[in-house]
Amino acid sequence: MKVGLFIPCYVDQFYPNAGIATYQLLRKLGVDVTYPAGQTCCGQPMANSGFEHLTGDCNRLFLDNFSGFDYIVSPSGSCVLHIKDHLHVENAEAEATVVRTKVYELVEFLVDILKVKDLKAKFPHKVGLHQSCHGQRGLYLTQMTELVAPYFSKPGQLLSQVEGLELISLSREDECCGFGGTFCVVEEAVSVKMGKDRVKDHLTHGAEYIIGADMSCLMHMEGILKRENSTVKVMHIAEILNAE
Amino acid sequence: MSETIKTHPELAEIFNKDEERVDWHDETLWWIRQKRDKSAHSIPEWEQLRETASQIKNNVLSDLANYLLAFEKNAKANGIIVHWAANAEEHNQQVHSILKVHGIQQMVKSKSMLTEECHLNEYLEKHGMDVIDSDLGERIVQLAKEPPSHIVLPCIHKKKEEIGDLFHIHLGSPAGTSDPQVLTETARQHLRETFLTRKAALTGVNFAIAATGEFVVCTNEGNADMGAHLADVHIASMGIEKIIPDRKHLGVFLRLLTRSATGQPITTYSSHFKKPRKGQEMHIIIVDNGRTIQMGREDFRASLKCIRCGACMNTCPVYRRSGGHSYHNAISGPIGAILAPNLDMKKYADLPFASTLCGSCSNVCPVKIDIHQQLYKWRQVIVKEGYADTSKKLGMQLMTFTLSSPTVYRTAGKAGRWVLKHIPFAVNNQFNPWYKHRDMPEAPAESFGEWYKKNVTDK
Repeated sequence: MKVGLFIPCYVDQFYPNAGIATYQLLRKLGVDVTYPAGQTCCGQPMANSGFEHLTGDCNRLFLDNFSGFDYIVSPSGSCVLHIKDHLHVENAEAEATVVRTKVYELVEFLVDILKVKDLKAKFPHKVGLHQSCHGQRGLYLTQMTELVAPYFSKPGQLLSQVEGLELISLSREDECCGFGGTFCVVEEAVSVKMGKDRVKDHLTHGAEYIIGADMSCLMHMEGILKRENSTVKVMHIAEILNAE
Repeated sequence: MSETIKTHPELAEIFNKDEERVDWHDETLWWIRQKRDKSAHSIPEWEQLRETASQIKNNVLSDLANYLLAFEKNAKANGIIVHWAANAEEHNQQVHSILKVHGIQQMVKSKSMLTEECHLNEYLEKHGMDVIDSDLGERIVQLAKEPPSHIVLPCIHKKKEEIGDLFHIHLGSPAGTSDPQVLTETARQHLRETFLTRKAALTGVNFAIAATGEFVVCTNEGNADMGAHLADVHIASMGIEKIIPDRKHLGVFLRLLTRSATGQPITTYSSHFKKPRKGQEMHIIIVDNGRTIQMGREDFRASLKCIRCGACMNTCPVYRRSGGHSYHNAISGPIGAILAPNLDMKKYADLPFASTLCGSCSNVCPVKIDIHQQLYKWRQVIVKEGYADTSKKLGMQLMTFTLSSPTVYRTAGKAGRWVLKHIPFAVNNQFNPWYKHRDMPEAPAESFGEWYKKNVTDK
């Protein structure tokens, strides 16, 4: 099984540790994983701002870098969802269609493909799990509170295998943090208010760490935590699952 | 200078100046979302109901012309006078001319978002007609000279003390009274007088049944019934999309409507109007006002399935923290943001961007409109039609240039991290909206790509 590691641009530049943890974790689990060096970005920042028509080159780059793999795995639900929903390449649509079905967010890859049941990880802390919307409502990583349907949680399933980890409960299990891509600057006031409220929910329930499968939401909440001089830290779920 | 309309981000920023009030607004609406959840979760077949409602509405939209003609024929046979209005202006003129024919100058009106969309009250007032809204929330915002901020809860943005002040000024309740029971009684007495003296009543239409030519009006206060039953002339205004094929389909929608809206099992009054009583005149005005254009937009036609429950507003984290008036449109929230650009793309170009695309709206929608996906699609249309501002366009072009080449991307990334590390003030300043209330991420010494190149030698 050949796996291509897709590290989103902002993770590459600002949160390399999330990428490193993802790589190491996959290796630990015996996966033949490679990071194609020519990758940049999934194109979502443009597309979500209404400029999907400018993403042609990003799409082609993605295809060039990843079409040879059995699976493409990435530590970001949002970027994966974007590829799944919007990767189209002129004159290579058949190839693009294949890639769209082969791309997995890390948590769903671990649960659905590798069927990981016995992680050797240890993280003795109180942890609040942030459900990022695109991972949850787009990739169905966790059941959504709006729906009348049986509960499940793929990240929960993995976190329950981590020794010493105490998952706190939240007042609003799956409310958006307000990052939203360019929304975070275009709608600055609402974005910040949403972020503050989300952070507060974690803090009042005693979280030492706010974790999640999308670094972008965490980056937004980290910015708020730091501004409030909080000692609470954010961490990508890969870093927890890789912690020893 | 012509009047410039403030955009959603500008209006939301003003709304957010009073954080305590934002918290109150957010928690009030979240409480309603929780009531909706509780109510929905008590129905095991909830998701099946939503799917059924969605399919009934799909069927209606796919054969709307024939359903409308059948409805018209059956309504006429029942003795109802049917009018067609291509747009808001025609609708308003028709209401006005019906009132004129009867020499009526005062009308009572129950809740109708369509008449808000058409700005009927302003039109009639300009022509010397007096309109009193009889829905309590609507009456409150009418007294405050404000538009409703929510389609089901028109005055949800007002605190009871503010309502007390309004009632004191306009309805003579004692100063400083904010006891809901006293205020409701004041409104009741005031409206009772209105119902008894008005010769014309206008109601909305929640569902129009094609097979029988009757229509159903849902209220909690019974105000539509009070108005319509006491008036000599009953006018019902409906959008063309309000059709359902048969009576048997009504059960599906009535079970969904209020559970989605407020968590109640059903509206207190779900009244069927089939024919005028003896001596009464009953009119129906069937209004297009842009709906057929929306029907022609394949990506957006499903927005016409909306039954106006307001669940998408209550669940929307952006709506809850920006307030209905920030959407500067009769219908606010996520559904307003996908309906409004159809009417005026330039004026409402900001609305599809007033969302994080979290998708909660689509999950609560009782007729399964893909609201957040339509928001994404509207963004593409708005940019293509040229309604994105120049700075945003330039920013996006620069971003595209950077991300389209691995070399440029790596160089830019390195440069960016260097700036953050060595001259942070170049980024951490007033021109950076991120920095206003959030710290920038710390720049790491190396990117993942650089780490990989150094550390993974076996590849």
